[in-house]
Amino acid sequence: MAAPMAPARRLPRGKRPDDRGSRPSSPRPRTKASPTPRRPAPVHRIEVALKPDQIDPAGRDALGQLAAAGLSGLADVRVVRVYFLEGDLTAADLRKAAVEVLADPVMDRFAVRRSLDVRAGRPSQAVTVTRKAGVTDPEADSAAATLRSVGLAVTRVKAARTFHAFGAPQDDGRALLAAARRALGNEVIEDVVPGELAKWRFPAPAAVRVVRREVPVRDLSPEELTELSSALHLSLSLAEMAAVREHFRGLGREPSDLELETVAQTWSEHCKHKTLAGAVEHEDEQGRRTFKNLLKETVFEATRRLGKSWCLSVFRDNAGVIAFDGEDGVCMKVETHNHPSAIEPYGGAGTGVGGVIRDVLGTGLGARPVACTDVFCFGPLDMPAARVPDGCLPPRRLMRGVVSGVRDYGNRMGIPTVNGAVLFDPRYVGNPVVYCGCVGILPRDKVEKAAKPGDLIVAFGGRTGRDGIHGATFSSVELTSESESVSSGAVQIGDAITEKKVLDVLLQARDLGLFHAVTDCGAGGFSSAVGEMAAETGADVDLSKAPLKYAGLRYDEIWISEAQERMVAAVPKKAWPAFRALCVAQDVEAVVLGTFTKTGRLVVRHGRTVVGDLSMEFLHEGLPRVVRKATFSRGGGPEHDGPDAPDHTATLLSLLGTPDIGSKEWVFRQYDHEVQAGAVVRPWAGVGEGPSDAAVVAPKLGSRRGVVLSCGIQPSVGDVDPYAMAWLAVDEALRNAVATGATLDRLAVLDNFTWGRCDKPDRLGSLVRAAEGCRDAALHFGTPFISGKDSLNNEFRTADGTVIVVPPTLLISAIGVIEDVRRTVTTDLKRAGDVLYVVGETHDECAGGKWYRLLGLLGSKVPVVRPTAKATLLALEGAVGQGLVRAAHDVSDGGLAVAAAEMAIGGQLGLDLDLARVPGSTRRSDRLLFSESATRFLVEVAPEHAEAFERRVAAAGGTCAAVGRVTEAPRLTVRAADGRRDAVAVAVPALRDAWKSALPFSREESPR
Amino acid sequence: MSPARKASRPAPRRTRPRAAARRPRAAKVAAPRVLVLRAAGTNCDRETAFAFEQAGAVAVAVHVNELARRPSTVDDFHGLVIPGGFSHGDDLGAGTVLGTRIRTRLVDGVRRLVDRGGIVLGICNGFQVLVKTGLVPGFDGAIDRTVTLAQNLSARYEDRWVTLEVTTDRSVFLRPGERYRVPVAHAEGRLLPLDESVRARLHADGQVALRYVGPDGGHPAPYPWNPNGAVDDIAGITDPTGRILGLMPHPERHQFPWQSPTFHRDGPAELPDGLRVFLHAVEHLRHTF
Repeated sequence: MAAPMAPARRLPRGKRPDDRGSRPSSPRPRTKASPTPRRPAPVHRIEVALKPDQIDPAGRDALGQLAAAGLSGLADVRVVRVYFLEGDLTAADLRKAAVEVLADPVMDRFAVRRSLDVRAGRPSQAVTVTRKAGVTDPEADSAAATLRSVGLAVTRVKAARTFHAFGAPQDDGRALLAAARRALGNEVIEDVVPGELAKWRFPAPAAVRVVRREVPVRDLSPEELTELSSALHLSLSLAEMAAVREHFRGLGREPSDLELETVAQTWSEHCKHKTLAGAVEHEDEQGRRTFKNLLKETVFEATRRLGKSWCLSVFRDNAGVIAFDGEDGVCMKVETHNHPSAIEPYGGAGTGVGGVIRDVLGTGLGARPVACTDVFCFGPLDMPAARVPDGCLPPRRLMRGVVSGVRDYGNRMGIPTVNGAVLFDPRYVGNPVVYCGCVGILPRDKVEKAAKPGDLIVAFGGRTGRDGIHGATFSSVELTSESESVSSGAVQIGDAITEKKVLDVLLQARDLGLFHAVTDCGAGGFSSAVGEMAAETGADVDLSKAPLKYAGLRYDEIWISEAQERMVAAVPKKAWPAFRALCVAQDVEAVVLGTFTKTGRLVVRHGRTVVGDLSMEFLHEGLPRVVRKATFSRGGGPEHDGPDAPDHTATLLSLLGTPDIGSKEWVFRQYDHEVQAGAVVRPWAGVGEGPSDAAVVAPKLGSRRGVVLSCGIQPSVGDVDPYAMAWLAVDEALRNAVATGATLDRLAVLDNFTWGRCDKPDRLGSLVRAAEGCRDAALHFGTPFISGKDSLNNEFRTADGTVIVVPPTLLISAIGVIEDVRRTVTTDLKRAGDVLYVVGETHDECAGGKWYRLLGLLGSKVPVVRPTAKATLLALEGAVGQGLVRAAHDVSDGGLAVAAAEMAIGGQLGLDLDLARVPGSTRRSDRLLFSESATRFLVEVAPEHAEAFERRVAAAGGTCAAVGRVTEAPRLTVRAADGRRDAVAVAVPALRDAWKSALPFSREESPR
Repeated sequence: MSPARKASRPAPRRTRPRAAARRPRAAKVAAPRVLVLRAAGTNCDRETAFAFEQAGAVAVAVHVNELARRPSTVDDFHGLVIPGGFSHGDDLGAGTVLGTRIRTRLVDGVRRLVDRGGIVLGICNGFQVLVKTGLVPGFDGAIDRTVTLAQNLSARYEDRWVTLEVTTDRSVFLRPGERYRVPVAHAEGRLLPLDESVRARLHADGQVALRYVGPDGGHPAPYPWNPNGAVDDIAGITDPTGRILGLMPHPERHQFPWQSPTFHRDGPAELPDGLRVFLHAVEHLRHTF
């Protein structure tokens, strides 16, 4: 069959400015394409596959995924790796390539210039998956480099995988192709073609002419301005477009396309947070209030008022920094990467991880990443295909892709992924939520940075390509059923090893003092990185110096490309030779893009052509201020008012089997949580591997000082009352940390908001209430916010016009310093005979909880964090500090019943409990078991410490009661509140089975 | 500052060879020198260096490009460790790119090191590199690829703790009768011999160094006790001299007492299991040089 030719990838951007009759200006530019070879070099094909008698795990995996995509009845799938080698090579050369590099002599066989006989007479169909032309393929690049290193004259390599399916339906292969397109390849970045790929023609390098292109705006009407913003995907509002028009009217000239793009990137919601940091007029049942800057008056305000001396750098760098010990600080950032993950989950999530790691690398003069965290929200995994709207990926495929993306990036970077959560709600189907966090450690004297005029602007790391164009502006729009095709250019392709090399040289250069400032290329690429670093100085940049993945990029594409793994440093001229030598020695590309100036202007050239010249003042201060309107009214639904059931065992088993509560082992098992040898408390705890409340890592080898990481997230409560949700999320994050051994006065928090379109007053009103809740909770607990990020506009418009709005999804991450990791506590039960305590009070507060969700109810009585909350946390903290606690588990999703079950699963021991002894205002067994009241713990205490424990809690002003004992027999028995029967009676292995099989993946892929 | 961090800086260029360090004296050394090999994607170098330092060695990280520029660098050392990670992104199969590079350029220096009594340790990706280089099993001292590490039967990366038993008396890294609780974390760790004769010879010659054990301490170890489907539960193999060891599990991830997953229930162990491997190796070097 014919090879799919690689068409020049068209950018999804409608009319080009050229079409509007712009004229070339300034001197004739020169092209910068590499010389085209006179005669195309020959291309040779090599096939490699496992020997016929070898088990093919990748084939088996493909079989399972094809079945999940609807192609059942296949008997077997075998995978063949196909390589096309460009170069003048003899048959002996090709044999050498296979023997020395491409094929493993133990398990593989290969064929040169022909296909392997995979069929062996059996009927089969084939489908081939390969990266689209122009999409980064690190494996092909590695192959080319390695082949050259063994002395073969290979210029380029193309790699592909052919899947041979046996027992396929007797058709023309259409069913296989359709299933493969859903399951084996992603057409955003890969071609999935029928049959084998017999030939490949490498695309000839495209020539490019550099001509400054103007976009006339000075004479445009308001309608035309709006149209222009939309046609160029600028995502600028009319008021912003009008400000641009006035600016250029004042200058007496038209902007270049690059200047417009620069303004759009800089003013994007993603970069400027103009809603959260903007002015708001809010109205609710408590009256009207106005904010000049919502963020400053809520979240920042709490930090300012708390004035903690251990906050070393907050809300001004890439990540917030707190003190770790006398030498070092720790920093943390949590990013949202929702939109890219919705379109291409593997690449989107992977680059989300890569991006947040670069945030940490670009904090101060560079921090060493020591841990990652991940929180995801998806549509229900069992959502029938027919109910998944057009333009959305099925939640199962999304989750599989996201987890693989995080796994492959985080693991390759050598950063342990230690904490996280996964939530499900039908409203995430169009807008999955992907929060990626990263923690780093950096010397306290490397927290400050500033580029100086005269410093060189040095770009290092990955090359620039077309990937990820318009990510910043794309993340600021509503997704639609068209987004999958329109915005695929916004997807970024990751290459973790390039970033690992960047990490290595960056930290070495930092310790040698080779640069004054560093930042990552994130959203907006060079435009944002240079624009931000040079905001106080000025910059002169020559884009023709940037190393490109392939020729043919226009200057504006180079400027805004979000190609991954790139950093920008301000390197003093005299340090440049050393910086460059360091990079060269470890195969990291570094170039001088330009110079930091003191002109206050951002001058961008391509060779000799000036393609942009903007004042920093306009760029950073010219954004027009608008006042947004916000309204809020409380939500909620009916409560459960039926009689208390006599037995709740079945309800408990159902709760444990829901994906929200059930074991996430399928996820965390794929993450390396041990690398760097810092793991102390892992995602799982105890011999039975129950769930942990928080993670603890010891980031300095040999030091017993640790970092605790936890999170809180309760979107369903936000459906009723976002203010209560914010309190609850803060409470949850803190209680998870304290249960693990953290001290409250050394805990800080981070906020991440994922909301709907906040140009609509009701969405904004709920955001205002959540922000107020964050402030009030932080002030109550004395825990400052140190960093945050928001993603607004998370709405999906289906083909029939229905709008799906995500629930108000506030993630609170807590980070704290623990003096001695040996004093940490895990959730698993430790010894039969120990006493089990409930700390905190249980009320009738089931609204927004998991039991009500099971009943199909929302309810209106949400958990309320009470004024005693801080005292309760301090009570437990004191008891842990005195060594009185054997195990502790926070009570949250699914209430006391689920918390007790999880402790038993982790410890492989039993519990005998009595609901009549549980403190609080409700006496109904169902409420006592499943209410999700805030600030509660289940705590295991040795009998000899029981009295001291009770005294310690009472002295701190907390409430606790002994509610039962740990038993040797692995059985959970809970006496009903009326004392007349058992409300729950079940064996721990049954609890464990229900909990372990909650995710469908664990069932699909049972071990062999 | 930890020695590993110091070591990660580029080695200063020396104009004169340091004759004394280059040729270790026959007398016993107090602190043997171990070269920690780094490459693009190596990510367990710091903690592996630290484990050797804890055991009494001096660990120095050297980038493979530096070594390629001056292959005799290896002669300054008593030991070489290839740490875990994803060298070159596992492109073309885990360990293939770095293994090819060592096989075609650097293998002589490695052989020289072993011949004079030095040690070579490959952990996880380092084991994959040793296997793709052909340094293990190394029957009759040949550089020959006769075993491989194939994709896990589960077809995915897994991180879990396993129990290992020592099944050889040849290895300077291991003591017969010892058992180690350590984690594995890999996607390609299924040990696979070329054929039945290779398999038989591995056992017969005592080159099977470590095996995963089942819940009852025996064999065959079912999944997930044998986490990847390795033939005969083989987790690590040694060369015929006992001075080269490759293993999939990570002993450096159990070098502190609080790393044990049962630490919170049972309290600290006297000596962390993984640290023993490094102690045995350093003890051997002290007696050899």
